[in-house]
Amino acid sequence: MITASSTTIWLVIFGLAAGTYLIRFSFLGLLDGDKMPLWMSRHLKFVGVAVMPGIAAPAVIWPDATGGELDLARLLAAAAALGIGMWRRSVLASVLAGLITLYLALYLFG
Amino acid sequence: MSNATFSTKRAFLLGYRDALPFFLIVVPFGTLFGVVGTEAGLTLAQTMAFSTLVVAGASQFTAVAMMIEHAPTAIVVFAAIAVNLRMVMYSAALVPHFGRAPLGMRALLSYFLIDQTFAIATNKYAEVPGMSINQKMAYFSGAFWFMMPVWIVATYLGATFGSAIPPEYSLDFAVPICFLALSAPAMRNFAFFMAGVTSIVMTLVLIFVPFKLGLIIAAVIAMIVGVQTENWMERRKP
Repeated sequence: MITASSTTIWLVIFGLAAGTYLIRFSFLGLLDGDKMPLWMSRHLKFVGVAVMPGIAAPAVIWPDATGGELDLARLLAAAAALGIGMWRRSVLASVLAGLITLYLALYLFG
Repeated sequence: MSNATFSTKRAFLLGYRDALPFFLIVVPFGTLFGVVGTEAGLTLAQTMAFSTLVVAGASQFTAVAMMIEHAPTAIVVFAAIAVNLRMVMYSAALVPHFGRAPLGMRALLSYFLIDQTFAIATNKYAEVPGMSINQKMAYFSGAFWFMMPVWIVATYLGATFGSAIPPEYSLDFAVPICFLALSAPAMRNFAFFMAGVTSIVMTLVLIFVPFKLGLIIAAVIAMIVGVQTENWMERRKP
């Protein structure tokens, strides 16, 4: 239970909202025009694949729902989402493959 | 579609359409935040303010969890902001696409910048060369205007009815599936694949780094691996 005062809670909300917004605005706000050094844009091309698999990875290997125990159903679901997503080049196919594999594997082994 | 010959309105609708699959992800995640927020003692207004003003689920959960543990206010804000640090890189990566838009427009698009809009938009821009800046902005906005209302309504339903989707549905796993689904279609060649593998391995190796900063370090290494792999592929070409 949160025991902080209402003022403190609002301070957290506005502080987090402002900080997060400034992070989003950072480069878009500071740089004027679309020119940047070539080495920088070459690296930034990879931002999506450099960040997002890393967000998923710990939750796949140490799932909260199993108390951090490696879980076959979740491992298979992640492999399906990744594999089908790469093969079909489609977000929808990837989401569906992941969820269907998860439920099927949980039903079969879980 | 090799050439971008569609209207701005069509670009908006394409973005809206391409965001539709996230309905399956955002509903459980938003509902859960609504439940967790109100159960922790937040008022409805506070819970809704989190989702509308912050618009970044993981950091919202972090803030609520740390307030439950009575962490000092400054630490709560700092730790939750740290969760969103990856968006600095998103912001930089969008400069080549939105950099020539007026400052006010860039300020608005920054509010629209979430994982899903970033991933599907940058993927679209890579697949359809020659999109105009207006088409790019419309596509990005279209994706946001699907995501945002669903996120808000889901938070509201969770906060009001107070029942999360039961754990036996295992929707805890919707979030990792979401991020895999966002990145898998972007692995368009060996260099992108190697960057993705590096991201996974390095994040796991650096899991001990506090404030989830291991993710950021892993991302920087993964981008370098991507570029180096690309150089290597260039050199191998006959």
